[in-house]
This record gives sequence, structure tokens and C-alpha cells, in this order.
Amino acid sequence: MRTAAAKIAQSLGLILAVIVLNFSLIHLAPGDPAVVIAGESGAASPETLAQVRADYGLDKPFVTQLGIYVGQVARGDLGESFFFGRSVTSLIADRLWPTVLLVGTALIFAIVLGVMAGTFTARRPESPASHAVTVLALIGYSMPVFWTGILLVILFASVLKILPISGMHDVEFDGGLLASWLDVARHLVLPALTLGVIYLAQYSRLSRASMLEVLQSDYIRTARAKGLAEKVVVYKHALRNAVIPVVTIAGLQFGALLSGALLVETVFNWPGLGRLAFDSILRRDTPVLLGVLLMAAVMVVVANLLTDLLYRVIDPRIRVGARRTRTKVST
Amino acid sequence: MYGRPIHRLLAMLFALSLVAAACGGDDDGDDAEATETEDTTEATEAESEDTSDTTAAGSDEGDAGAVDGEPVAGGTLLIGSTQVPRHLNGTVQSGYATAVPGTQLNASPLLFDENFEPQPYLAESWEIADDGLSVTLNLVEGAVFHDGEPITSEDVAFSIITARDNHPFATMFAPVTGVDTPDPQTAVINLSQPHPAILLAMSPGLLPIIPKHIFDDGQDMKTHPRNSEDFVGSGPFKLVEFNPDSIIRMERFEDFFIPDRPYLDEIIIEITPDPTNIVLGLENGTTDLSASLGGSANILRLQDNPDVVTTADGHEAIGPIQWLEFNVADPVLSSKEVRQAIADAVDRDFLADTIDQGTTFPTPTGIAPASPFHNHDVETDEADLDKAKQLLADAGFADGEIELTIDYIPGTAQSAYAEYVVQALEDIGINTELSVSPDFPTWAERVSGGNYQMTINNVWNWGDPVIGVHRTYLSDNRVGVIWTNNTGYENADVDQILAEAGQEIDADARTKLYADFQDIVAEDVPIHFLTTPPFWQAYGPKVQNPPIGIWGHMAPMHEVWLAQ
Repeated sequence: MRTAAAKIAQSLGLILAVIVLNFSLIHLAPGDPAVVIAGESGAASPETLAQVRADYGLDKPFVTQLGIYVGQVARGDLGESFFFGRSVTSLIADRLWPTVLLVGTALIFAIVLGVMAGTFTARRPESPASHAVTVLALIGYSMPVFWTGILLVILFASVLKILPISGMHDVEFDGGLLASWLDVARHLVLPALTLGVIYLAQYSRLSRASMLEVLQSDYIRTARAKGLAEKVVVYKHALRNAVIPVVTIAGLQFGALLSGALLVETVFNWPGLGRLAFDSILRRDTPVLLGVLLMAAVMVVVANLLTDLLYRVIDPRIRVGARRTRTKVST
Repeated sequence: MYGRPIHRLLAMLFALSLVAAACGGDDDGDDAEATETEDTTEATEAESEDTSDTTAAGSDEGDAGAVDGEPVAGGTLLIGSTQVPRHLNGTVQSGYATAVPGTQLNASPLLFDENFEPQPYLAESWEIADDGLSVTLNLVEGAVFHDGEPITSEDVAFSIITARDNHPFATMFAPVTGVDTPDPQTAVINLSQPHPAILLAMSPGLLPIIPKHIFDDGQDMKTHPRNSEDFVGSGPFKLVEFNPDSIIRMERFEDFFIPDRPYLDEIIIEITPDPTNIVLGLENGTTDLSASLGGSANILRLQDNPDVVTTADGHEAIGPIQWLEFNVADPVLSSKEVRQAIADAVDRDFLADTIDQGTTFPTPTGIAPASPFHNHDVETDEADLDKAKQLLADAGFADGEIELTIDYIPGTAQSAYAEYVVQALEDIGINTELSVSPDFPTWAERVSGGNYQMTINNVWNWGDPVIGVHRTYLSDNRVGVIWTNNTGYENADVDQILAEAGQEIDADARTKLYADFQDIVAEDVPIHFLTTPPFWQAYGPKVQNPPIGIWGHMAPMHEVWLAQ
């Protein structure tokens, strides 16, 4: 119970720090939303700029602005977008699901395939297939996501015209619910593949190493000695332990995955939070940017909680709060 | 890890072949990446966009495109765009992003043909009083808003006053003292001074007619919730879905006041941050029309594609001009000889022909070539290095003595212009350093604050010179905002001529005044004009009557139809 309370307090502190830090950083950047709006309009008068600044409270001292914002967030109000004049909550709500879908699919794809590849190669570490997987993993790991993304876009746009390369829905789509889900799934393949491939590479390397280590441990020898089938030894006894480092790393990397999503969303025109954040920086749209970063912080916190839960499912000996055990496995 | 040598060898060969394969795609990949960056800034600065687009709407009788047989109704036009609108209400928001959907959703009093001549639209006729102090509009009978309410002179008056009080282009309606509405079909605009620019200011993109019964509820018009939600317009298409940075869906308005128009059932604007995706969509036939094509590489690539029509026609009224501007307040650049020398060294033909590979056109003045006020005989600097060096020597500067910096709008193709200027000035003994801003707001703050020496800029004419040209030169318009008089240029003659031209109703006299203005500026060189980047647009073979009027895509597409 005490741990849970501490965890919540920690998360709240983290979120407050995210707000203050980002607010300050954005404030330090030259140019304000009034200038961007002037740019968008193709012209502006000093009166309009002054009006915009007054409307959005940008003429107040920095600390006052920060205080007002933190107070707002505490009341659950993320403010209004300078650029769109719509509530930040509604802008984020529109884009949360696509990002969760993209990141979630990429993560599951990377973990499942990565662990499969790692297990496979660990069982026959010297086979040609194992070497091929290793090399592929290294290549996948070395390619930046935007690069992979652009290559896939070109490949699927001009050579293999079987998958859509842009957006989340077919704009001229007209069909039932199931067909609509299939449509989204088709659009999801390339972005999720692009985002997942780096992590796939990492997880396959990680699970391979960990599997190799586990397969040499005493309890595996015991399991084999008592005549268990190799499949049972590998998948029931070894895999459970081997997969824990992967889950740990996946949880820790969730933030990086979100920033990767930003690039992938831009390349594939995926209507998610990452693109919104990026565009908001260029627009100096502080409330939206802070809102998205806040969401990201919340998502990372949630991901870490889920990781904790997963530990318990994978290895019932681990309990949240049983610090020593967890420290040991996550090394 | 690689136990047996043969496996290690195989693995390495495999890796090499993959790397080689990846490198084969290198060129394409680089291009796409470059355009992607270019694009993100485009979204923020409407003005610096160097893509193109078009609109059929110029006039009712505008048979602009290739027409195969009789027009047929029906079909969906899918437009690809990189431009994200803030909202849809063009009476309070200027810029391309709002105007493209805004002109489909709202009608304006006038349309314009390819000679910049007004044509009937919501106003079936109009008349400027002999003294120039009032303009009478006679509205068509039976026009209704998308909610069925009639469009009356009250709505016209409300829209004009709203634009006068809120629109960023304050000069459009500044002289309007009021609008009389003697009957529902007649609106009389009263002016404090003659104001010929008011006709072009009643273009589709600049004066959409919005419903008074919806908007006149005392809320601030700039943040009115109905600007983006539940939008009620007066134009040929009505709003179905508005998701500002991904999709705008509009469908035919059955009760549009022009019979049997529009032809199209539906227009969908798909917004994507990367022009490469749009170009691929055009090549695949999934996108029908776009003016967001990115840089010259994309344009040249589409020109080679037999299945896509590529044209520089359209959008002439927007009149974008890329130029090199000088901070005249700078100690070195305050010397006219130095500015003239730089102008002689920087060759606009080279920029257009070599750097832009023919996708832009050399432009020697600040009024766009297609404008009726463009001075075709302006005396301009020819590239002449000897003359340039002589000018510097006469001004008392030794070789290598002058050191300058040059800015440019980041994330656009202008970086190539700036780099070329550095090279060109080196040839006449001026050392120039690039000043790189990380993004548009940073650049805009530097330039509008006078904290620069030279910058490449891209400024749009926006129809009448009163709207988009005067602002750069008037000595009292040094107001610390981007795209006002950021050079610090002051010339009493220019102030005087522009003041007169703004009020001259006689077209010939007005043309003469603007010709004189262009001559003076060419002599003073506060700005060295470089090129016009046309709004290149591309469309699929089934698009008929493509929107290639003077306002391009910023005009209603009610004449566009799709061959079956």
C-alpha cells in the first residue's frame, strides 16, 4: 500500500516536472504564437499581434503564465489551442487512439517476433539460419525509423501497390464496421512494421542472449535430466525466465517508442499524437504541446505499471514491492 | 558468435548485399527526407510555400481546362494538400490554408477572370459611383445558405464589417465607413476615399459571405466556435467533416444559387505533412489534384509522367515573389552603391534556370508578372560583375572589406538561394555568412526586429497592390511585424505615389503610377527581386476544367468535373 502511494506521488512529481520544464523550454524559444499566426495569415498588424498576445495571456510575466497553466491542469483543464482555437482535450482525444494503436501494435509485434527469433536462434546458435537472423537484426537495428519508413513508402507506392502508404483510413471508404477495421488494419501494417523493426531487432538480440544463459543454468539441466521433452524445457521452463529482461527493457523504452512514433506518424501521415506535438512546436502552440507531453508522461507511467503487473504474471515469485527480487532480474 | 568461418563469410556477404540494396535507394530516400523538412515549415508559413495550385473558379464562363465533350455531374475530387487551416472562416483568417476549403464552402460577391476583371457571382451586377466613394452590389435572387436561410444584403454588410474589423489584411476594407442595405438584394458600400482595390478584395478567398444569423451573437469573431464546427456557408459545397490536420470533406450543396452547379458530388481535401506522399498519390491515381508538390525535383518528376498533367497556370493573383532584401538601416547596406553592386552580382536568371531548373520565372519587380500593374519595361540590373566591382570601389570599399550575413526562411528551398548569394558575392569581394534560423518564428522575429543584414524572403501580392505590395515600402509601415516594411526603406516619392495609386479609379492612370513606383524601387534597390515560384499543380487525366484561374484553388470549384 505504501509502495502504491509512493508510486503515485512519484508519478505526480514527474508530471509536474514535465510541465514546468517544457513550459520553460518553450518559453525560451524565440518567436511566439502571434508571429506564427501572422505567418499563417500572410500579414498582420501590430494591433492584431498585441490582441493575440493579450487573448492568450502571453503579455503576462512568465511565472504568472506558468502558475495559471499549472492551476488549470490541476483542475483537469488543458486549455485551448492557440492555433486551432479548440480545446486541447478534444484535439488530443482525436489522436490518442491512433497513437496507442500504432505503438501498441509495434510493441506487440516487436516483442512476439523478437522473442520468437531470439528463442529460435538460441536453440541452435551456430546454425546458418541463426546467423542470418542475427545479421538481419543488426541491420534492422541500424536503420533509423524515418529511413526504413521512406524506403517502405517508396517500395509500396511504386513497386508493390498492395498496401496503403498514407493515413489511417481510405478517404473514399464506404462500408461496415468490420470492413472499416480491416481498412485501418491495412493502413497500420507499414507504420507498425517501421516502428517495430528496431525494437524487434533489440528484443531478438536480448532474448537470444538471455535464453542462451538460461539454457545453461542448472534447473534446465535438471529438467532435461528428468526426461522432459525439449519443447517443454524450452518453452515452459526457460522462456519464462528468459523473457523477463525483454519485458523490463520494453517498459523502460516506452518513452523512446513514443518519440519514434513521432517520425513514423510524419512519414506515413498517421493522425496521431506525435505529429500533433511536432506541428505544435513549429506553431508555438504551447497548450497543445504541453498537453501531448503530459499525455506521453502519463502513458509512460501506465506502461511501467503494466510492466510491473506483467512481471507477476510471468514469474509469480515477483511481487510489486518485493524490491530485492525485482532488482535482481532487471539487471 | 560466428563459430564456423563459412557461416561468418555467408553472413557478411548477406549483410553487404543488403547494404548495397539499401544504398541503391539512396537518392530517392534523400529527396524524400529533404522535402519532408521543407514541408513542415510550409505548414506554418503560408507565404513561404513554394508549391503551386489552381482553381477553375476564375469566371463562370472560364473554359480553362481541356474539355472532352459535355460535362457530367458526379464523382469525388480528391485533393492532396500540405496546408493546415486554423479554421474555415475567411472573414477573419487570411491565408491559403483557410481559403482553399473556405471558397468551396462560401460564396463571395465577385469572381475574377484571367485578366483580373470582375465577373458576377453572388453579385449579379455592381457599380462604382463616379466620385469613387460608394460601391453598389446587386445580389442574385434566391440564393440561400446551407441551412436554407436566404442570403441577403444584411449578410453582405455583416461580412464586410467583420472583415474590416478582424481580417489581417486591414487595407482591404479600411476606407469602408458603413454598408447600407436599402433592400435585401442591394448593398451599398460607403467609402471615406476612393478605393479601387475593393473589387479584388471581394474575391472568393478574401470576402466570403457568412451568415449573420449564425455569427452575430456578440462572440469574438476570431474565436467563434462556429468557425470550425457545424459550419454554415453560402458556397457550392457544404461541410461534412473537418479535421484540420488530416481531412476536410465537403459535399455538393443542392440549393446552390447557380443552376446545375457544382458538377462534383464531393470534394475531399486530404492533408498530409509530406508532399512526397502527395506526389506518389498523383502517380498512383489515388490523388486527383494537388498544388502542394514540394520542390522542383518533384515537379520535374511529375512533368515526365504521361498520366499526370502538370501546369504552372493558375494562382497568378497570389503573386508570390522571392527576393533578396536588404536592411537599409545597416551601416554598410545603407549605401545605395553597395546594394546595386550586390544586385548586379546576384543573377536571377541563374537562380530560375539552373538552381530551380526552370520551375520558377525570373521576376525583376515587386508586382507579379501576371498583374495588370506589372511594369514590363522596368530598368533592372543585369548580371555584371565588373560593374558591381566598380560600384563597390566607387563607394570606397576595398576588396574583401565588406562582411555580411544572409538569412532565409528555414525549411524551404530558399537555402539554395542563400547559398548561391554567398558564392556570387564572393566573386565581387564581399564575404557573406549564412545565418540559419531553426524555424519560421525564429526567422520572423529576427527579420521583423531589424536584426538582420540581408534575407531571402517570399512575399505574396495578394491580388491588388494595395493589399500585398504597399505594405513593404510605405515608410510609416515599419511596425515590427513580419511582411511589413522590414527593410527600413524610406522614400517620400514612393509614399506619395502609392497613396495616389491606392485611390486612383482610372485604370490607365493607376497603371502609370505603379509603373513609376516600380522604376523608383528598381533604382533604389531596397530589395533585389529574384523569381516568381508559380503554384505548380498537377492533376489526373479525368479532371476537367481544372482550377487554373487567377486565384487557383482559392476559388470555388463548381465548374470542375470528372470524365467518367
